[in-house]
Amino acid sequence: MSVRIRVNGVEKTLDVDPDMPLLWALRDVLGLTGTKYGCGEALCGACSVHLDGQVVRACVTPVRRADGHAVTTIEGLSPDGSHPLQRAWVELGVPQCGYCQAGQIMTAAALLKAKPKPSDDEIEQSMAGNLCRCGTYARICAAIRKASGMPEGER
Amino acid sequence: MSQDAMRVTRRSFLVGLNLSLAGLAIGLPALADEPSGRAGPSPRAAAPEDGPGLRPNPFVHVAPDGTVTLVCHRSEMGQGVRSTIPVLFADELGADMKRVVIRQADGDKKYGDQNTDGSSSIRKFYDDLRYVAATARTMLVAAAAAKWKVKPETCEARGNVVVHVPTKRTLGFGELAEAAGNLPVPKRENVKLRPKSELGWANSTSLPLLDGPAYVTGQAVFGADLKLPDMLIAVIARPPVVGGKVARYDATRALQVPGVKRVVEMPAAARPYGFQPWGGIAVLAENTWAAMRGRAALDITWDLGDNAGYDSVAYRDTLLASVHAPGTTYRNLGDVDAAFAKAARIVEADYVVPHLAHLSMEPPAALARVTGGRCEVWSPTQHPQAARTQVAKTLGLGEDAVTVHVTLLGGGFGRKSKADFSAEAAFLAREAGVPVRVQWTREDDIHHDYYNTVNAQQIRAGLDAKGKVIAWQHRTAFPPISSTFSDADRPGITDLQQGVLDLALDVPNVRAEACPAKAHVRIGWYRSVYNIFHAFGIGSLIDEIAHARGADPREVWLDIIGPPRIMGLAALGIEKLANYGESLEKHPVDAGRLRRVVERVTASANWSERKKDGRGYGLAAHRSFVSYTAVVLAVVPDERNKVRVDEAWICMDAGLVVNQERAHAQMQGSVVMGISNAFFGGVTMKGGATQQSNFRDARIARIGEVPRKIHVDLVPSDGPPCGVGEPGVPPVGPALANAVFALTGKRIREIPLVRGLSG
Repeated sequence: MSVRIRVNGVEKTLDVDPDMPLLWALRDVLGLTGTKYGCGEALCGACSVHLDGQVVRACVTPVRRADGHAVTTIEGLSPDGSHPLQRAWVELGVPQCGYCQAGQIMTAAALLKAKPKPSDDEIEQSMAGNLCRCGTYARICAAIRKASGMPEGER
Repeated sequence: MSQDAMRVTRRSFLVGLNLSLAGLAIGLPALADEPSGRAGPSPRAAAPEDGPGLRPNPFVHVAPDGTVTLVCHRSEMGQGVRSTIPVLFADELGADMKRVVIRQADGDKKYGDQNTDGSSSIRKFYDDLRYVAATARTMLVAAAAAKWKVKPETCEARGNVVVHVPTKRTLGFGELAEAAGNLPVPKRENVKLRPKSELGWANSTSLPLLDGPAYVTGQAVFGADLKLPDMLIAVIARPPVVGGKVARYDATRALQVPGVKRVVEMPAAARPYGFQPWGGIAVLAENTWAAMRGRAALDITWDLGDNAGYDSVAYRDTLLASVHAPGTTYRNLGDVDAAFAKAARIVEADYVVPHLAHLSMEPPAALARVTGGRCEVWSPTQHPQAARTQVAKTLGLGEDAVTVHVTLLGGGFGRKSKADFSAEAAFLAREAGVPVRVQWTREDDIHHDYYNTVNAQQIRAGLDAKGKVIAWQHRTAFPPISSTFSDADRPGITDLQQGVLDLALDVPNVRAEACPAKAHVRIGWYRSVYNIFHAFGIGSLIDEIAHARGADPREVWLDIIGPPRIMGLAALGIEKLANYGESLEKHPVDAGRLRRVVERVTASANWSERKKDGRGYGLAAHRSFVSYTAVVLAVVPDERNKVRVDEAWICMDAGLVVNQERAHAQMQGSVVMGISNAFFGGVTMKGGATQQSNFRDARIARIGEVPRKIHVDLVPSDGPPCGVGEPGVPPVGPALANAVFALTGKRIREIPLVRGLSG
């Protein structure tokens, strides 16, 4: 079966098993490796992408669910890495190993779209599904605040 | 590293510097919408450092066009080494960072030790790396001085040029590269290092994260991100118990899954397991999903082998029994038995810490290609030389026929020091005749880890009538890491260096014993290793002593550590100290430094006022990797987990710190990992198999389960650099247990604390 998805603004036709999780379609078929595998069960958030602007965990989203819809991955969040979150992330040195960070940023981007000035509690609620083993959480909060134009606080 | 990966990292490096130097927005070129080519290593084109120019050693190359290539021979796994070693080089050399290319070294003994563990990258290489760069600078200066016919002392190297200071004439590094390359390489004693005032890093608390732009745009290349033509993805069904074998299997249904191309039986692992692949049945497919589905369709009967009787709950009692009997004494001072006999009071407790799983966010993955009797591997490995050795062994090739390229690591924490997953990829690539990338699932990662070992301790302190500790007996039992490589069935003197033998105690009678403990799973390095449980036991008992005395824990800590002093072997009551490979002259056991971090962290946390804000405060300190760290945690009641850490203070004395910004990040991360370890940590085994399988039952802290405020204090120091990546973790566990006690009155002596809280 072929699936048609608008990926980062470009129409794609994929000839894949419709049950294949979107994660593997992005990584293995489209070569968009910025989206990461971490758990396969929507427990860690490393694979977070936007489906029509909403955060989904690509590891449990069958590719057929994206048929006829728009998917945005970290590679398409901004044309040149200049999304306020990407800039804040670099300026505050958020990443350590970096592996979970694309998922963190995609989740945060959806949060800021829905809530341009989130409170600390709202940040924690929205980001609760994204694990970071290196422990960058305090700087993630600071970077989200910075990107939203709020004082970053202690990082 | 592949050409394409190198291109990406070079670009990110330059972008990172532009950001840092000019404060400009990052400016990555627009991404192609179809970057599959990006992820594919192409045949290696000539790298700049393969051409003419100055190459005084394997680490530095200056090309005639002025490009400076600096090699990072240590693996990047989040500690920031790729943002640290190149800066150390460039400053010493006088290179313009905009002209610098960082190249990640392949596994090769010419670089010296590449095993990125033990918090040793700067600790062990600080002097050598500076000399490596200073040697190149000396040669560039000599070449310029010869051209100008002036004395080298009148010239300086900075900003990628050599300046003749009196006349302000300049020659670029590129213009000098070939002439400098023809000069003899000076001996180390003829090379002068720069004074600290000339070193940018030494005066910076905000060095840029050079790979940052690549991380936040999805361009960074990890183990599973590379693709070769005709490559297959392998997912392996491994025996559920280490040492188990495939009795028989039927791959019929697996081969019917669309996309599945082949099924291959892996060689079984034999004791000692070492870095061998674990065995099992591999399913090779066109994509990861098909390989996973194929694996699920395998029908396998296992012969579980010798370890199938392992039950970690029963084994906990075995370990406790082990420490309730005398073991082998490795520390002995005074007369411990006599001192206990006359003690007015004895404070004694048992502590238990389970196996910990690494849970790097990136599960193991590696890519291999075998052609014409040669093997090339791309792996997120902490130890590319060990990967090279194991791959050669698995394939029956000479090491010269094996190349191991190092990708970025999505976390390592010791798991990726092991070569098993690299060797799996190599074996399958040879069997399949096409490149193969092995992908571990999260379940594989948890089930087939090299776990941090399991531990029981009994610690007894004898107090005189005034409450002063006059006797200290510490027994510890844990299967050592050496059990993975030999038939070792108890810790030895080298294992006890981690927090037992090097503990600064102002106690006249001390004995430490190692007790028997046989391994039933693969034991391996895990960030901070044995220090995690030794700090937990010691740090908890000191708090228990304080409460038994009705005294302030801070005062008891300082009392037990004693006055500032250097403690030699005799004062410690030991015959030798492995000391993380460092001499005691350079890195002595310094009670003063341990005291100082306790004093500083309690001052930061306003410890003396701790009873006024309704939170529970806990304190602990520990020496590890020749650094000294102290932690205070403040906890508050929490609906979900009963307790939440509300605020943390961490103070580390790691000697001179090259990259203070990354060290700060490491301390924050250490607090989080320490909370995960102590609060949620632990995997269990039944029938020899690990019972947890994913983040739902192998928990690590989420964003709402860690403090919003983590205050980091690095003790300013010009002393020799010590470890940074690991020393922050050990004091966190006992500080948390002590804080829980302060808040709830519940003394929990076993990890995970969350179980004790709900019990």
